Formats: sequence, structure tokens, C-alpha cells
Amino acid sequence: MARAITTRRKVTFTIIGWLVGFVIFFPILWTILTSFKTEGEAIASPPHFLFFDWTLQSYFDVQSRSNYFKHVMNSVVISFGSTLIGLAIAIPAAWAMAFSPTKRTKDVLMWMLSTKMLPPVGVLVPIYLLFRDWGLLDTRLGLVIVLTMINLPIIVWMLYTYFKEIPGEILEASRMDGASLAKEIIYVLTPMAVPGIASTLLLNIILAWNEAFWTLNLSAANAAPLTAFIASYSSPEGLFWAKLSAASTLAIAPILILGWFSQRQLVRGLTFGAVK
Amino acid sequence: MATLRTRSAARLMMTPAVLTLFVWMIVPLAMTLYFSLLRYNLLMPGMEEWAGTLNYRYFLTDPAFGAALVNTLLLVGGVLLITIVGGTLLALLLDQPFFGQGIVRLLVIAPFFVMPTVSALVWKNMLMHPVYGIFAWIARLFGLQPVDWLANLPLFSVTMIVAWQWLPFATLILLTALQSLDEEQKEAAEMDGAGPISRFIYIVLPHLARAMTVVVLIETIFLLSVFAEILVTTNGGPGYESTNITYLVYAQALLQFDVGGASAGGIVAVILANIVAIFLIRLIGKNLEA
Repeated sequence: MARAITTRRKVTFTIIGWLVGFVIFFPILWTILTSFKTEGEAIASPPHFLFFDWTLQSYFDVQSRSNYFKHVMNSVVISFGSTLIGLAIAIPAAWAMAFSPTKRTKDVLMWMLSTKMLPPVGVLVPIYLLFRDWGLLDTRLGLVIVLTMINLPIIVWMLYTYFKEIPGEILEASRMDGASLAKEIIYVLTPMAVPGIASTLLLNIILAWNEAFWTLNLSAANAAPLTAFIASYSSPEGLFWAKLSAASTLAIAPILILGWFSQRQLVRGLTFGAVK
Repeated sequence: MATLRTRSAARLMMTPAVLTLFVWMIVPLAMTLYFSLLRYNLLMPGMEEWAGTLNYRYFLTDPAFGAALVNTLLLVGGVLLITIVGGTLLALLLDQPFFGQGIVRLLVIAPFFVMPTVSALVWKNMLMHPVYGIFAWIARLFGLQPVDWLANLPLFSVTMIVAWQWLPFATLILLTALQSLDEEQKEAAEMDGAGPISRFIYIVLPHLARAMTVVVLIETIFLLSVFAEILVTTNGGPGYESTNITYLVYAQALLQFDVGGASAGGIVAVILANIVAIFLIRLIGKNLEA
């Protein structure tokens, strides 16, 4: 008897769950479907859901008309570049704060967090003017610098919360055995820190890939990553939905997959360790 | 001796991060503050002169500022309301065992990974378009007049788009918190005869309170700076109907080239964000000690 009730309950929740999931995912699903249509098919009314002539034409058009690949490379260089430089700066800092904490460590961490809360418009004008004077507007280098800086606090924080979980006794033991600082880092710490560093890397690539304030304001035709390139479809004459969908599908697919792998780290990284 | 060496090594290791962040924060902020006190327009180079608090008076008394402030509050408040209520319901749903739970969870969190310009354009064109959009089709299906969402309800439409993007974030955090709730506590309450609603109000909700606070504070920080969604859908219009503070400062700086006025606006935005940030920093600081 009790079993029958739980099964019925489970079936009910299965139906509700899948319906809700479908509705929330629908805009993405619709984008993917539309990317395989012709332009005429894309604006058909009533809409054609599955029964249309599937074509890859839009994908070819997007590449041939606007050199799509260049913008993909911009996104890759900017997101990976800023994340790797950020890690190189943040790993030593987070290591020091986790294993040799001083009275001021907490204040330093809090101050780093507070820089993340500075709204970007608070520094938009000077950054724009400095970049203009230094020739960094619309360059990959300029965007790498900006994205490194805006994500550095998150990188330091995430690494710090991961490093904090490595037991300090192991380090003490290796020190007693006469390991130097360099050996301690290479042989003891690194193997234990790799999972945390990998999660941090993943989350930051996602954040940098989707960043859409600085990339829109500081880039034009040359260095525009996908966020800025796709924004160019907003012009009224650019009502090419199949092409918009093809460009969008390619832009979100890799990050969607990375994101699905990193859902746990997302909670931790974006709440600065406040929710685990 | 060894500790002394480790300590100075530690300081050395922190230097690059601390120094770069310090320069990144303090130099542009000081420049913004300085510009905000100048009469400085990029269209009139070499004409900079001291303006005192004129930019602030001008910015704060501009009717656009009042409209943008109200819009910012409505946008942040609306998105928070939708994501907290919706996120709680979704978290409760995803906490139930059902077939294909893992896949549904992936579907629900997907919008968070879609870049803002893509989600804004997809909603604007393929969903909200008054003739060809899905919403228009659904409206006609029920014999209703399709709504021109972005023209007639611009702020509401932007709120919907942004809420769709942030719903997964709230869901994921509330779900994580929900799963850390002690099962025995719920069972004990059930045995004492508490119904599902009173169990939710007296046990689940208090347990979620902290996670909800975190969601509210973190979302507020990000939502105060919503920009791309407005830029590609409405351009802040019609009029100032969907302009928020961030967009207003952007327009002042890069469309009107008014460096002084935009800087004053930037400083006002910093002050607004700091009010929220103080609460968040305290909350996380408390957590760091525990």
C-alpha cells in the first residue's frame, strides 16, 4: 500500500519536473532548433517545431559572412588568457593565506572581496580613457588585462577555500622531514591542490567567456569576443534568426557543457564559500 | 627562524595579487573621483576646468537619474522576487525523487551559462517578437491580441529575461542548502503530526534563511550592474523607461562623451553598491570565523 502511494507520487513529480524543466530550457532548445532552419522557415507562423527541412546552411553563412572563427578565437584567447594569468597571480597568494595566515589575512581577503563589489561603471570612464591613450582599445591584450583583474578576487577566494581544506599537519610533517619550501609546494601541496585549481579554472573560464560589460565597451571589430559579436545582431536590419541561432548555438554549447560539469563548484565559487 | 622565513616568503607570495588589485582599484577610482569634479567633455578637448560639485548637482537633479534609480530598484527587486520564490519552489521540486531527476536539473540550470547577449537577443526576437515570436503565437492560439513586449512593457520584459538567467543560480544554491537539512528533524516533525505546510514554514524555511540571504546579496551586486540585456534589447528606451543607473552612466560617457557627468554618476553607483556590499561582507566575514 505504502509502496503504491510512493510510486504514484514519483510519477506525479516526474511529470511536473519534466514539464518545468522543458519550459525553462525551451528558449535554448528553440535556439538550437532554429539554427537548423532556413531563414524563411525560422519565422514561419505557426512555428514549425520538428518537421522542417533540416539544414546546416546557417552555420556556413555565419562563418563566410563575418569570419565567425576569428571571434571564437578572441573568446578563447581572452577567457583562457585571463584565467591562466589570474591563476598564476592567485595561487601563491591563496597558498600563503591558507598556510601562513597572519592577523591581517582575513582583512586582506575581505578587502579583495570588496573590490569585486565595485560596480564597473564606477571605473568605466578612466579605464576607457587610459586604454584609448595606451592603444589598448579593441585589443585582446586589453581585454585579457581587464578580465584578469575583475575575476582575480573570485580566483583567490575559491583557491583559498580549497587550500584551507588541505590538512596543515601534512605540510608540517614534510617540513620536519627536511623538505624545502619549493619541494613542499611541488611534491606535497600540488597533488592535493590540483582538484581545487581545476574547479577554479573551469568556473573562471565560464565567467570570462560570458562577461558582457567590459567586452562590449572596450572592443569593436578586431578583438570582439562572441559576446560582443552576437550583440551586433541586435540591429533592426539584422533580423536573421537562423543565423543568429547558429552563431548563438556555437557560442553557448561549449560553455554549457563545461557548466554542467561544474555545478557544485559554481555554488561554492559564486558564494565565496558561504554555501558549500 | 624557519617560521620567520616562511612568513616573509608568504608576504612575498601575496604581493603580486595584492599590489595589482590595489592599483586596479585605487587608480581608476581616484581618477573617476577627480573627473567627477571637472567640466570635461571629450568633444571639447583642452577645455577642462574645475567644476566643484556641479556635475553631482546636475546628475542628481536630472529627471533621467530619478527614472533610472526607480528602474534599477524595480529591476533588482523584481528579479529577486522571481528568483527567490521560483528558486525555492524549484529546489523543493528537484529535492523530490523522480525519474530523470539529474537531467531535469541540468535543463533547469542551463540558462545561467548562456551569455547575456545571446539570452537577450533570443528572448527579444524569437520569443517576444510581436508578430513571429512564440509568445505571440501562444496568444493567438488563445484568441488574444499579441503583446509587443519590449515596446509596451520594456522594463518588465528586461526583468523577465534577467530573471530567467538568474533563476538557476538561486535554485542551485537553495537546493544545496536544502540537501544539507537533517532528514531526522523532518521525520521527527512528521511523527509529531506536522503537515507538509507547517513542516515547510517551521523547519525548511528557517534552514534556508541563510542561503536566501546569500542569494539576495550576491544577486543584488550583479543585478545593480545589468547592462548587456538592456543594450541589445531596448537601448534603455523608449525614453528612459528601461534605463538603469549602469546604462545611464554608460550613455553619459560613451554616447554623450560627458566625462565629468558620467564620473559623477559612477561615484553615485559605487555608493549605492557599497550599501549592499557592507551587509554581504559582514555575512561572509562571520562565516570565515566559523
